[in-house]
Amino acid sequence: MRALRTLLASLALAAAGVLALAAATNGFRAFTTETARRQDVRAHPRLLPAIALESDRGVALQLSAYRGRWLLIDFVYTRCETYCSALGGEFAQLQGLLAAPIASNRVALLSISFDPAHDDPAALRAYRQRFGDRGAGWTAARPANAAALTAVTQNFGLKAVPDGLGGFVHNVSLAVVDPTGRLVDILDSGDPRAIAASLQKRIGT
Amino acid sequence: MHPALRRGALALLACALLAAPPLRPLLEASMTLQMLMQIPLLVAIGWWLAGALPRRAADAVADWNTGGVTGLVLASMVALLWMLPRALDAAVDIRWVAAAKFVSVPLLIGLPLGLSWPRMGFVVRGVFFMEFVATCFRLGWLYLASPDRLCSNYLLDDQQRLGRLLLVIGAEVLLLLMAKLLFGRFRFDDGAHEAPAPPAGAPHTAPHLPGKPTRRGH
Repeated sequence: MRALRTLLASLALAAAGVLALAAATNGFRAFTTETARRQDVRAHPRLLPAIALESDRGVALQLSAYRGRWLLIDFVYTRCETYCSALGGEFAQLQGLLAAPIASNRVALLSISFDPAHDDPAALRAYRQRFGDRGAGWTAARPANAAALTAVTQNFGLKAVPDGLGGFVHNVSLAVVDPTGRLVDILDSGDPRAIAASLQKRIGT
Repeated sequence: MHPALRRGALALLACALLAAPPLRPLLEASMTLQMLMQIPLLVAIGWWLAGALPRRAADAVADWNTGGVTGLVLASMVALLWMLPRALDAAVDIRWVAAAKFVSVPLLIGLPLGLSWPRMGFVVRGVFFMEFVATCFRLGWLYLASPDRLCSNYLLDDQQRLGRLLLVIGAEVLLLLMAKLLFGRFRFDDGAHEAPAPPAGAPHTAPHLPGKPTRRGH
């Protein structure tokens, strides 16, 4: 009897454990926070709230001002020497690849700094120029206040961890926002052609 | 105060200390400390708490826990959950997940292991150790080999240091096991050779002897 009870209890616990594991991993598809977040965004696009930004020209800018256009957002801090430099170059390339939809006001590129204390409009402008800004469709901006910075990190699932060397290590490569202001996708950086192609497909050109 | 009650209170206090500043932020500042210090300490508290369980409750549980198998299954499943990188992240960022960790690691990993260990025979303990070593190697290798950060909260070098330490821990446990197998002494007829003697006067919960009818006779 005891052996049978033990068998039943063990099987029940093992089954409950597998169910719990499945629930905790989106059905064994997401073992990391980042993967889970991307799957979640794709399955349930979410409307972004108004977020107050300050552009690299020192002008107040609402995130919602981009409604009506497809928006590609990357997250940077201008002191970054490694990863963000690659991102900067990539945005300049995307400016070229998406020149037509940018010219017709259907796509915009936005770099948001998560280090607003350091990244004032002048630093943001210098960042854009350093990476070969081609003059149209790319704005760099910083959150206008602490609440806006919190809104950015929460709504995009952005997490910047100090790297111990005065910089940050962070996630979230490229956020895709549709013309109605919903976050619809999070993409890896590194392949501007693929990103441009996926965006062209969404626009339908 | 009754010794069992005192032990319960002390265990609660120890968990509360671990769940509050300064210990919580300190131990969660790195992936290595969280996985190799904080979680093992919580397991140890639960294990230690097992000794405070009233004898009647322990006996009732034992009826469903022949050879400590049920306890090992429960502890393994819950441990698996807290090995997910996603769970480690969420335990730092989300309050209810943190609460779930500080409650479930002692009560659903440590406590069942503490109750089951004295009941485990040679084979079940062997399964436990091999699974422990294999998990150390699997996770260690994964953390060392992954070019990506698996936890959004932690840095890559932290993850790789944890990977190296897990490989070292797995190898050390394996070496100790081999030494024990080569030079140690075993009693294969008794599943409870390391169980502490029950206190005088308490009803004797006999180890379950394989191949013989149990004392309870059912």
